[in-house]
Amino acid sequence: MNIEYMLKYLPLYEKAAVLTVTIGAEGILIAAAVGLLCAVVQYNRVPVLRQIAAVYIELSRNTPLLIQLFFIYYGLPKIGISTNPSVCGAVGLGFLGGSYMAEAIRSGLESIEPIQSESALSLGLKPYQVMRYIILPQAVSISMPAFMANIIFLLKETSVFSAISLMDLMFTAKDLIGLYYKTTESLFLLVIFYLIILLPVSLLGRLVERRLRYAGFGS
Amino acid sequence: MPDLGLEVLFKGKNMLRLLGGLWAALEISLISVLLSIPLGILLGIIMVRKELVLRVITRTYFEFIRIMPQLVLLFIVFFDSTKLFGINLSGELSSVIVFTLWGTAEMGDLVRGAITSIPKHQYESSLALGLNNAQTYFYVIIPQTVRRLLPLSVNLITRMIKTTSLVLLIGVVEVTKVAQQIIEANRTSSPNAAFGVYLTVFMMYFLTCWPLSILASRLEKKWG
Repeated sequence: MNIEYMLKYLPLYEKAAVLTVTIGAEGILIAAAVGLLCAVVQYNRVPVLRQIAAVYIELSRNTPLLIQLFFIYYGLPKIGISTNPSVCGAVGLGFLGGSYMAEAIRSGLESIEPIQSESALSLGLKPYQVMRYIILPQAVSISMPAFMANIIFLLKETSVFSAISLMDLMFTAKDLIGLYYKTTESLFLLVIFYLIILLPVSLLGRLVERRLRYAGFGS
Repeated sequence: MPDLGLEVLFKGKNMLRLLGGLWAALEISLISVLLSIPLGILLGIIMVRKELVLRVITRTYFEFIRIMPQLVLLFIVFFDSTKLFGINLSGELSSVIVFTLWGTAEMGDLVRGAITSIPKHQYESSLALGLNNAQTYFYVIIPQTVRRLLPLSVNLITRMIKTTSLVLLIGVVEVTKVAQQIIEANRTSSPNAAFGVYLTVFMMYFLTCWPLSILASRLEKKWG
């Protein structure tokens, strides 16, 4: 392995890593918002919206991100909705992640005993207050491990961004392999950078899981 | 109504070509699934054993495969096998290798989880009832493990099918590649083909994975 070569192209990877993390974070935020919305709609059995959420969840869970991105990036402009690559990446990741986040939050919501909302209602809280102050805080903390697992999953999925010409880590590595044929060095740096991004999140996820086991609501 | 570019699909053999591409992708996932399941069961059984060396090796393997994006693994096997070992792997073969390595790790974890989730009293009660070790496993432990495992493995299969879409990026000709070819070939006659063709590919993946997802949730409800 050629250390000099690796040091020379380190800044390129750094830039790409920042891009990967930025768009990944945007996508995860969209996913969390969409997921929360879908979960609350399904939990409260809101008519019409609930069916829409169900269809969306099935569509997003059963198709690969790469195809979703291709459809958004190459397909949608044909009917007049154009996006640039980074918006497309974030929206695509949000579209994919929304359903996973919804499932995570919904399982949290369903694990809350009915006595919680019944007691809150009998204490005179309004339905939205019950949701906001009683149900959601408990549900979110219960679904935290699944949430963290989804974050890792979504960060890993960002690797397909290179297919819609975003200059992310994969794109940089492939570019350098094509230019200089230093395959091993380029791929080694790629692995290192993904480890730098993913290892801390993975460790954090494990920490959250362990803390939650101590918290153990109602047990 | 805007032109959705759907007419391209009915031109010549385009629809058949797309289905052929889908089969090429499914074939890769099918072979990988068939290899991953027995290997994963083996890995899972090894992972619950107490020997330190075995545990360190299997854990390292598992954690590395799990944390790396599958595309990175594909790149490593596809591009680096030539450089490091001088062997020229085809895109298809690299994909099968990577998906088997990955599927084995995931399956191993599911098996490990299922085995450790069987409470200790199940073993103790069967021994107390006079069953010997083999009988305990055959009649008590394995049936319960399989019930917990089956819905999760079906989910893993859908994940593997979805992940197969990545092989496009190492140059394997599968459904998305065929879609690109069709769109390119009809660029002038139907400029909006990208919408219709990618929508079709989207629905093809959906119709492949959705029945499996339904099956998984049915099984989970039945045995959960």
